[in-house]
Amino acid sequence: MKTIAQFAIGYEQLLDAEGRACGDLPPFANDADAMRRMYSMMVLCRLFDTKAINLQRTGRLGTYAPCTGHEATHVAVGAAMRPEDVLCPVYREYGTQIWRGVTLTEILTYWAGDERGTDFAGPREDFPWCVPIGSQTPHAAGVAMAFKMRRQPRCAVAYIGDGGTSQGAFHEAINLAGAHRLPVVFVVVNNGWAISVPVAQQTAAQTFAQKGLGNGVPGVQCDGNDILAVRKVMEDALERARSGEGPTVVEAVTYRLSDHTTADDASRYRPQGELDAAWQREPLLRTRRFMEQRGFWDESREAALRADCVAQIEAAVHGYQNRPAADTDHMFDHLFAHPPAALGEQMLTARQYGKTGSH
Amino acid sequence: MPRVTLVEGINLALARALADDPDVVLIGEDIGVNGGVFRATAGLQQRFGALRVQDTPLAEGLIGGMAVGMASQGLKVVAEIQFMGFLYPALDQIANHMARMRNRTRGRLTCPVVMRMPHGGGIHAPEHHSESLEVLLAHHAGLRVLCPSSPARAYGLLLAAIRDPDPVMFLEPTRLYRLAKQDVLDDGRALPLDEAVVLREGDDVTLVTWGAMVHDTLRAADELMNEKISCEVIDLSSLSPIDHDTILESVGHTGRLVIVHEAARNAGLGAEIAATVAEKALYDLLAPVVRVTGYDTVMPYFAMERSYILSVARIVDAAKQTLQG
Repeated sequence: MKTIAQFAIGYEQLLDAEGRACGDLPPFANDADAMRRMYSMMVLCRLFDTKAINLQRTGRLGTYAPCTGHEATHVAVGAAMRPEDVLCPVYREYGTQIWRGVTLTEILTYWAGDERGTDFAGPREDFPWCVPIGSQTPHAAGVAMAFKMRRQPRCAVAYIGDGGTSQGAFHEAINLAGAHRLPVVFVVVNNGWAISVPVAQQTAAQTFAQKGLGNGVPGVQCDGNDILAVRKVMEDALERARSGEGPTVVEAVTYRLSDHTTADDASRYRPQGELDAAWQREPLLRTRRFMEQRGFWDESREAALRADCVAQIEAAVHGYQNRPAADTDHMFDHLFAHPPAALGEQMLTARQYGKTGSH
Repeated sequence: MPRVTLVEGINLALARALADDPDVVLIGEDIGVNGGVFRATAGLQQRFGALRVQDTPLAEGLIGGMAVGMASQGLKVVAEIQFMGFLYPALDQIANHMARMRNRTRGRLTCPVVMRMPHGGGIHAPEHHSESLEVLLAHHAGLRVLCPSSPARAYGLLLAAIRDPDPVMFLEPTRLYRLAKQDVLDDGRALPLDEAVVLREGDDVTLVTWGAMVHDTLRAADELMNEKISCEVIDLSSLSPIDHDTILESVGHTGRLVIVHEAARNAGLGAEIAATVAEKALYDLLAPVVRVTGYDTVMPYFAMERSYILSVARIVDAAKQTLQG
């Protein structure tokens, strides 16, 4: 039998776990301001995560999905995108969202069970968080279809997790994007675990990057804890998409250093040794070391950054806790542009019995 | 004024919408060169191009999902689900995203999408091609569900659906696609949403129905008139929201109500109508409400189709039942 098609998956890593450069560095890696901006966002995410978990533990926030460990991937994707692009997130990619203008107050408001958190003041066309796993990927393909139809030089970016790649919607979306060469990038954040199910039980595939190949879409894997590699790979994929060459599947290999959510206890299913080893590869320290080696960063900048992040977070928490209360009309106000008349009666009933339900 | 079938009325409305508004886009399986398996989109790709009348990959969930994405960018997507039995994979997108995008983003993102799909049986089609699944759609807040009963109503309601800024599920009675022709003026005028239509005024019994059963119900009303029983026939037309006021007004006049639907009885829309009449007009009733519906069985293969789909005789008997003692 002869071979009629061959495929390969590339792997990109530019920083090792010690923060040493291990490849040809892209220009932004030598730009002190660019690097400081990305690192600052990673630290903000890490500190915000800690705060949000504390708020949940003390009864001041609902269930929250932490992002600790994913900061390099999330921030790099945000930095690689243009403001006019559209993001279709899952629910823990805060680094990308904050980069694009979603506020910490909005994130907290969402996890407090308040729809107003998804009315982003910043990226007005970005999608809200998507809880039904995988269902956001066709949205990105549809957004990209609109860009293509209108000949706009814009891209859509969809996030999905390693578990999410098992959903049919993911493959359907990639397939459409490939068939129409749509300007979209699918970012598979492989953090090792889909709640309690490890990658080995999710798929026999060697990589998630290759999940596009069956649909004619190229894939590339990168070290998701290496902010230089993720940004480089994303910039390449976005450039490819923007220039009409079609979609890419980007797999970022990282690790979920937290529980799945605050309602989860990963110690029930995840070996402690694996978690300890993953902390040795976490993304913040290696980025800081890289910057210190280049003279971009020092202890005083670190201290100033952390103080600034704490102030930002405290201000956001204050804004969140002091947001105006929502009345029961909140449930009815945005169902339709032109609400059916019959809803009016139910709206009056809700006003009468607001906050009287059992819980 | 052209005399057209219901499916031709749909084609006219789609062509009008495509010509009037550059943001209108049609997507679906086999809707392009082939013009749709029922020919609803015949000639439209040739006229408007392969991007505005798009053949999609064969995946209904994708059709729902890409429609959400396209609509979020302001495109007005008219998607075709080839048969209602293939709706299920798209329900995730319809229920979890399309229906609630406006609400969950406080109006920031919206879904001006029309999902067109054949509804009901009666054309000897293979299994999964003859379903009446309106309740699956009507149960979801944020959706409108329409079901026209004639070429002119199909034309006007489809234009209204496409122009509405929110998602509309548009159920097309398969049996009526080519049953009869009607003069339809292609004037671009939409019919009002959220309204039932009194097709025939009467004094003794109110018959409420929709879709293909409108025709059988009108025939039943003819037969009953021969026996001096005067029926008021209401085409529900809007399956969500239901225009209860029109029904209540009629029942206030006749005192008797028969609800006719091809869909199965259990948790069907007939129950919703009957319950509302019980809540708001019980003392207007001179007889118990009667439902004439499909059976709580699987929609049978077509060899048994004529025994499943309700007959004029059943409707006539039900109406008479309300007049007995």
